[in-house]
Amino acid sequence: MSGQTTAEDLGPVTTLATPIRLDFEFTPGVAQSRFLRGLEKGRFVGQRCPTCGKVYVPSRGSCPTDGVPTTEDVDLANVGTVTTYCVVNVPFAGQSIEIPYICAQVLLDGADISFMGLIQQIPTDEIRMGLRVEAVWVEPEELTPSLASVRYFRPSGEPDADYETYKDYL
Amino acid sequence: MAERCAVIGVGQTHHKSKRNDVSIAGLVREAAKMALADADLTWTDIDAVVIGKAPDMFEGNMMPELYLAPALGAVGKPMFRVHTAGSVGGSTSLVAAHLISSGIHKRVLTVAYEKQSDSDAMWALSVPQPFAAPLLAGAGGYFAPHIRAYMRRSGAPEYIGRMVAVKDRINALRNPYAHLHLPDIDMKMVEDSMMLWDPLRYLEACPSSDGAAAMVLAAEDSISGSYPPAWIHGMAMRSEPTMFAGRDQVNPQAGRDCSADVYAQAGITNPRAEIDVAEVYVPFSWYEPMWLENLGFCDLGDGWKLTEAGATAFEGDIPWNTSGGVLSSNPIGASGMLRFLEVAMQVRGQAGEHQIDGARRALGQAYGGGSQFFSMWVVSSDKP
Ligand SMILES: [Zn+2]
Repeated sequence: MSGQTTAEDLGPVTTLATPIRLDFEFTPGVAQSRFLRGLEKGRFVGQRCPTCGKVYVPSRGSCPTDGVPTTEDVDLANVGTVTTYCVVNVPFAGQSIEIPYICAQVLLDGADISFMGLIQQIPTDEIRMGLRVEAVWVEPEELTPSLASVRYFRPSGEPDADYETYKDYL
Repeated sequence: MAERCAVIGVGQTHHKSKRNDVSIAGLVREAAKMALADADLTWTDIDAVVIGKAPDMFEGNMMPELYLAPALGAVGKPMFRVHTAGSVGGSTSLVAAHLISSGIHKRVLTVAYEKQSDSDAMWALSVPQPFAAPLLAGAGGYFAPHIRAYMRRSGAPEYIGRMVAVKDRINALRNPYAHLHLPDIDMKMVEDSMMLWDPLRYLEACPSSDGAAAMVLAAEDSISGSYPPAWIHGMAMRSEPTMFAGRDQVNPQAGRDCSADVYAQAGITNPRAEIDVAEVYVPFSWYEPMWLENLGFCDLGDGWKLTEAGATAFEGDIPWNTSGGVLSSNPIGASGMLRFLEVAMQVRGQAGEHQIDGARRALGQAYGGGSQFFSMWVVSSDKP
């Protein structure tokens, strides 16, 4: 047996690469379907809480604060305000947008909660809190019931929103 | 009436970017054996094991607790796993403590870990979601906008974040277990580091670490070990939804409620005056001033002034993150437990170079998710 290389000579195996892939199905349910069907028509649809009156977009079907179903649909504007943002300059596996890009919290007019949106058509060093933006949609024939229907937001050309108007949404 | 509970043993690994010399089982055993030795106990003395870690996708190892049971001496004993995202090390410690304070067990081993080098947490945190544009770039991308909101709200000067980044790395030089040892750290080095998530630079963010932490908790009639016990005077957890209208993302209600609860249990009315040292989950530099306010160490808007004045430095009146904090070591699942463990070490007088002289009462805090899970405890060298 002499002359043979043993496992001990070779030492421990340090790492093994094991790729994992997963495509998953997601069931949006009744409430979120309203939002998705809205996107398919090129508009934002939220829902109002019957107790506190707050408008959620996208609605998950109930108000997290009051625990009651949200039943009233509310059509929201195509414009909104950047409440806060960051400029992403870090590459990572699976990234689908070229860096640097602006990831902002957008508060649509008529909504009481912001959501994350990509801001384009403005240099990254000119983005600011309070910037007024509008949604740019894909071509009508490309609209689908998904957020991919919104290409990005861009400056609407309106004057910046006053801090007082959005400070409670931070 | 709840049973008294104390920390009687602590252990942790040397936190590093890659621990290719050990499997996950080897990693957790390293910390657990150290905690058992510190408590003068062996595996057979333990009644139950509580383990915690962050999401399984961070390593690609599903339900690791199943395979870790024998490695942690849990065969034939109760064992379960806790998960509350980044705060999990803190909530795991508390779940273990509840098993003692409820009178169910006498000695419980609790362990938390992450082996970040086994996969890609940045990727795992950035997987496209059906209801959001694919913009999220890891935890930094999530928290940076809220940091900007804090800066706007408080009027804090932009160099405050760099001060925290420097302070915690200087503290880490005292801690042989810390991942980052940067002897040349200064404001300029932080400023010169790459901007990752404007306004956050590379050196204002936590590293990716492999590491584990462990503690042995015991009831009053089962105290052992050569160091005095760290008695738990208060413990609390709170959560809130990630998204609701009117949510304060800078100063979350769940954090305020959690600290109010833990202070009430410990009889603390003025945290800054009555707490000798605190270990607080600060993965991005700006979370120090933000949590100073959330934890009631100062009035709203004044957190950055305490940082600027050096109050939270090693020599300050309220040293924060004497271990070097999450900014110096971030084995995610263990990061919360390391906060809880560090304050136990402080009140037991076993913190070595990073010991604060005369530390008798200390606060450990962890948060996780989108600032939606909070866990805290107050420990003391005095029996409650
Ligand atoms: Zn409501």
